[in-house]
Amino acid sequence: MAEEFAVRMVNITKTFGHVTANDKVYLELRKGEILSLLGENGSGKTTLMNMLSGIYFPDSGQIYIDGREVTIASPHDAYRLGIGMVHQHFKLVDVLTAAENIALGLPGGAVVDRKAIAARVRQICDRYGFDVDPDKKIYDMSVSEKQTLEIVKTLYRGAEILILDEPTAVLTPQETEKLFAVMRNMRADGKSIIIITHKLNEVLEISDRVTVLRKGEYIGDMDTAKADVRALTDMMVGRTVTLNIQRDAPADPQRRLEIRNLTVKDKDGVTRLDDINLDVYAGEILGVAGVSGCGQKELLEAIAGLQPAVSGSSIKYRPTGPEGPAEEMLGLGPRAVSDRGIRLAFVPEDRLGMGLVASMNIAGNMMLKEYRSGKSPLVERRRPYDMARDIVRELEVVTPSIETPVRRLSGGNVQKVLVGREIAMHPTVLMSAYAVRGLDINTSYTIYRLLNEQKKAGVAVIYVGEDLDVLLQLCDRIAVLCGGRLNDIVDGRTATKEQVGYLMTNLNKEAGV
Amino acid sequence: MNNHEPLIHIARRDGLVWWRAWCVRLVSLILALLVSALFIYSITKLNPAKVYAAMWEGAFGSARRAWITARDASILLCIGVGLAPAFMMRFWNVGAEGQMLMGGCATAAVLIYCGGALSTFQLLLLSAVVSVAAGAVWGVIPAFFKARWNTNETLFTLMMNYIAIQITCFLVALWENPKGSNSVGVINQQTQAGWLPALFGKQYLLNVVIVLALTVAMYLYLKYTKHGYEISVVGESENTARYAGISVKRVIVRTMALSGAVCGLSGFIAVAGASHTISTSTAGGRGFTAIIVAWMAKFNTFVMIVIALLLVFLEKGAVQIASQFHLNDYASDVVTGIILFFLLGSEFFIQYTVRFRSHSQKNEEVEA
Repeated sequence: MAEEFAVRMVNITKTFGHVTANDKVYLELRKGEILSLLGENGSGKTTLMNMLSGIYFPDSGQIYIDGREVTIASPHDAYRLGIGMVHQHFKLVDVLTAAENIALGLPGGAVVDRKAIAARVRQICDRYGFDVDPDKKIYDMSVSEKQTLEIVKTLYRGAEILILDEPTAVLTPQETEKLFAVMRNMRADGKSIIIITHKLNEVLEISDRVTVLRKGEYIGDMDTAKADVRALTDMMVGRTVTLNIQRDAPADPQRRLEIRNLTVKDKDGVTRLDDINLDVYAGEILGVAGVSGCGQKELLEAIAGLQPAVSGSSIKYRPTGPEGPAEEMLGLGPRAVSDRGIRLAFVPEDRLGMGLVASMNIAGNMMLKEYRSGKSPLVERRRPYDMARDIVRELEVVTPSIETPVRRLSGGNVQKVLVGREIAMHPTVLMSAYAVRGLDINTSYTIYRLLNEQKKAGVAVIYVGEDLDVLLQLCDRIAVLCGGRLNDIVDGRTATKEQVGYLMTNLNKEAGV
Repeated sequence: MNNHEPLIHIARRDGLVWWRAWCVRLVSLILALLVSALFIYSITKLNPAKVYAAMWEGAFGSARRAWITARDASILLCIGVGLAPAFMMRFWNVGAEGQMLMGGCATAAVLIYCGGALSTFQLLLLSAVVSVAAGAVWGVIPAFFKARWNTNETLFTLMMNYIAIQITCFLVALWENPKGSNSVGVINQQTQAGWLPALFGKQYLLNVVIVLALTVAMYLYLKYTKHGYEISVVGESENTARYAGISVKRVIVRTMALSGAVCGLSGFIAVAGASHTISTSTAGGRGFTAIIVAWMAKFNTFVMIVIALLLVFLEKGAVQIASQFHLNDYASDVVTGIILFFLLGSEFFIQYTVRFRSHSQKNEEVEA
């Protein structure tokens, strides 16, 4: 009897430092089926697939392809086994044509036979219904065309098993339909496909089976025919866990930020934020929920002045409440914002790549936002050291000394340094993105405590999070983003996990077009 | 699965204590001398100790030789100091050669055209200023394009070198003296107008003093000023710089103006303080050698003093052994090459640790 499974991953564990990305995970892909891999942000989906495509090497566990145990130590091994992955970020060379990109890295002589490649590309396209012009340069292509090319590339290399990492995140609904049609054609041709996605309606529409991961653990799988949105949401978000995070009622909340018609496009012209209208109040914690890449980053960066917005967008800052004077923040840039006395604290997602200077010591990082103050051409030496010592003492930062480059601190201590600095500037608005990602329980609670103290002090706090339990127990209101739109704003005290999970993955008809 | 694990693991070190890093460098220097000795003996049957003694002789054998070594080292150091801010910013300025030549041309122009009209002090001041300006312009052009259109600074600064060489060729033809010699000859040979004067009777002392002052100033600038702080942040991560409200474009242009200016000043020192002439070989590849100086010193200008001296010492020593033992020039170049190879290679072992497969398992257990 022919082997039933194209892929079996058994007991796969992968850790990065002290973070366990995959903990004894199972995955089975039958031949000729489309399997959805479903899970929240940070549930380990991409890590698992990266091990199948040879980018990471598992710490332990076995991988079987066609029933044979294999070792996949490099993407090259994966290709030899007929595994092809289309990543979220395309790996194409801009200045080359489609055909040249396909030929890149393939074995063969020094001469590239463009005609033969183009002929085979056309053959693949005709077979599955792709639309690719082999002679088109990548820089002339739309996002959807690039993605199509990536899929054709894997097929050209003989992939029998395809992995698509959130392919629909960058596509319009029409393009998504086209992609699904092609996927069905590939399935009919006997290819086995894994699609990573957060979108429940897509899971139900395209896949035969679904495997769910949560926080790096395997939760289960089921036939899509037997699944519905409710059951999948439950599997994905899990039971509600009581965390005992303190939450006081907001004292005298005053409108501090008015975000109106905020629309942001990235450099490829893809709309990342679509017509957001949102008020942020002083003295409350506003949660922002959404699956990854739904515009959270762009929202915070637009407020911080790091992200240009489409004209007609507006973010007004009202230091003294709704009747007081208002100042337009968009278009100022971070320096002008701080020069106007708007004390805006921002704890970005990329702590070492944006919030801190990795190679500098704690004191050097303390100066980052205030080094400019004063007339002297020299930087102040003593104050940053005092600040660094205060933060190390108050937040119990574990470090050999304040001279140690922050790059060498553990994730939790890096975050304490960053949050400590931002709070030390006595902000009126405090934004944080994934503030507790990768942190242990104790450090996480320290962060919650600090945010609560800021709320009490009348700061407008924005908390972008991924753990729904935390969002529901820390935040006063939760704005749920879905595909760059503001799907709904719910009350953190009365909303349920299922409700938020549903809003994250299903665009409201009223909010949609 | 472990059968497929690669034999050698290369892992980044978490930072080495400074004295252990210097031990690694010292050991590699000793190894380099041993390998060179082996090479010398096997090829020439000469006593390696005598050869090394001759190298020392060539660089420091007499007061005059020591001063020439100091003069050449100070010019090399000056360029290295000029490269420091650009490299700190991760802006790969390989155009020091051109920036220096432009500074040299500017100095020569002042000496030739104003030689009789101004006092030596005025001449020196004027030529220092114009050479700084010329170098700065040559540095700002690629910086502007980088800041505005994100052009590749390595290619851009490199190509600026060739433009500078062509301009120098043109000026040499223009200032040719005597006619038909295809060289400018020594400028103001009789009057010595605009030459850097001797200090306490030492001809090159002033060169050394100027460059050492610059070395200290650059160290302080990079370490203690707001500008220096901005350069470090931009070099580490442009994202962080933007987050902190630093104008990345302005820092790039300003820093390259400074880098080019100091390299331009090295052209002034080379012309007014050393050769008193201008030719396409005024820079003579030193703009590139200085890249090694800056890198080996990790952009610490004080360490650059040592590196610049070492490189000039090797160069003078190589010339000496070539003439003293009637060796081919290439033989002494090989010795220099071996020493540099080991010194640069030692940086790899300071940055990375190499583990073999059988050990890596145990190590991981210990670390866990």
